[in-house]
Amino acid sequence: MSTAVTGANPIQRARRARFLEAWPLLTLVALAWIALMLVIAIGADWLAPYHFSALDLRARLLPPVGFGGTWRHALGTDELGRDVLSRLIVSIRLSLLIAFFGTLIAATLGTAMGFVAAHFRGKTEWLILMMIDFQASVPFLIVALAVLAFFGNSLVLFVVLMGLNSWERYARIARGLTISANEQGYASAIRQLGASSLRVYGIHVLPNIASTLIVSMTITFPETILLESGLSFLGLGVQPPLSSLGNMVGYGREYLTRASWILLFPSAVIILTTLSISIIGDWLRDRLDPTLR
Amino acid sequence: MTALLEAEGLARHYQVRKGSRLFSRPATLRAVDGVSFTLQPGRTLGLVGESGCGKTTTAKLVLGLLPLSAGEIRLQGETLPKAGSTRWRELRRTMQMVYQDPLAALDRRIAVGRQVMEPLAIHTIGTPAERRDKALAILESVGLQAHHFARYPHELSGGQRQRIVLARALILSPRLLVCDEPISALDVSIQAQVVNLLLALQAKMGLAYLFISHDLRMVRQVSHEVAVMYLGRIVEQGDPDRLFAAPAHPYTRALVSAIPVATRKGRQRLILKGDPPNPIDVPSGCAFHERCPIAVARCRAETPLLRPMADGRHVACHLAA
Repeated sequence: MSTAVTGANPIQRARRARFLEAWPLLTLVALAWIALMLVIAIGADWLAPYHFSALDLRARLLPPVGFGGTWRHALGTDELGRDVLSRLIVSIRLSLLIAFFGTLIAATLGTAMGFVAAHFRGKTEWLILMMIDFQASVPFLIVALAVLAFFGNSLVLFVVLMGLNSWERYARIARGLTISANEQGYASAIRQLGASSLRVYGIHVLPNIASTLIVSMTITFPETILLESGLSFLGLGVQPPLSSLGNMVGYGREYLTRASWILLFPSAVIILTTLSISIIGDWLRDRLDPTLR
Repeated sequence: MTALLEAEGLARHYQVRKGSRLFSRPATLRAVDGVSFTLQPGRTLGLVGESGCGKTTTAKLVLGLLPLSAGEIRLQGETLPKAGSTRWRELRRTMQMVYQDPLAALDRRIAVGRQVMEPLAIHTIGTPAERRDKALAILESVGLQAHHFARYPHELSGGQRQRIVLARALILSPRLLVCDEPISALDVSIQAQVVNLLLALQAKMGLAYLFISHDLRMVRQVSHEVAVMYLGRIVEQGDPDRLFAAPAHPYTRALVSAIPVATRKGRQRLILKGDPPNPIDVPSGCAFHERCPIAVARCRAETPLLRPMADGRHVACHLAA
């Protein structure tokens, strides 16, 4: 192995080193994992070996392959004989969907609010800041429980609710950075040229603060997955027969001692996905800054 | 000939709170208080003064970036409209600004060529190809090459960045350029280059400059007229050579004596006592009397007005003759 490396052409070695500098190994692994998750989410209907709610009462609580199970149910089955692999695949799709749209709603809403506050200042800003403080001071889980209890549960409502979870963080970041950009430097220079506010915010301020926003998106994305998991675990999130990662963990808890695989596989997916997104966020922050390139 | 720019009694006041206590009484900060001047096409007015005397505020007022508390600005005889209005936007093509810190004034995420073209895009002038050609021509006229077009601001030197800022200001072919300390962030050798470039552009394009600086030698080199500001007011105004050779106002005298020279023979360095007063508590009478070496009782009581001297200069001092 070592002879192969030292024997390699120095130009090739330098190229490999440069490649690894731009694309660190950990990032590549994280990207690969997220790509896998996306493929699974998109192709869930074709990839799942069984229908996710198909019962097989004669094959209940079968262990996964390697623990005495067979390839017929690679990740085992649950208490109703449903295939864990199929349920996992469908859950990944639903959880990613909720987390993606939830994060998108939060980022869009929060950034818009931040711009509005920074642009108008005065009373508008005061009102938005009050909403931010209110949002930050009330435990969101309680709000979510109240909303779901009042309005019942639908997937759309649930996604919107996830989006409302962390908008205040984007609003704070966008407001602060926009005010500082407006006060001095490029934004005032562009405005002085006669540019419209839309141009100043859309073409100049937004790309300049985007790296910060994207990095905080990679923080809220895992949070949204965890919140969705938490609410589903409590039975208020995704409702059966639909299945999400948190909902699987919630049901699997009852069989923790007898059939731990029901809980372990979705838990592992949650951990790996959130970790991968965080790693990618870190890497993106550096990549998006032209002065660091 | 109508003047390109007429400023009459410009004032900018800020409502502030005096002291840091909770129930402090409100006070008025007079950043600029009654500044008047006119600028003819193709001429340069130098504005000098120490930090905090209201130079930059005057520049922003002239461009309409700050609302006026009092006074009037006329650009080619037309009163400057409210900032952000359509007419104000159109007038951006006549007046432009050059900034002190070019790195801060440029968007570091956008290649400089696109930033130079941006004013054309904002005012929807020309097709993308025409804009590009014009930007390349302007880059050349400020002494940059075509290969700088795709660079990012952080990849350029300080002098090159200032040239980009100049190019961006010039692409709309303005008639007035407000230069707010355009050279003070640059190295001395680069300063001379940029100043020479400004002079060459003036000769070529007939630009008028409002040149703000605290570098008196540079101001003397570029200006056709100089105005010295102290605490938001002009204290002396006139021909730069005469003003610097024989300053009439005691403040100008102190400023001029602070210009570094190779030999100090026969020259006396006047060092002023104390700091400039807080612009919230401007002293009664002449704002300068507390630091003035020749102040008399009248200076404490009566505010001197800018009045013409025999040689055409204007001085705001009771004792100047």
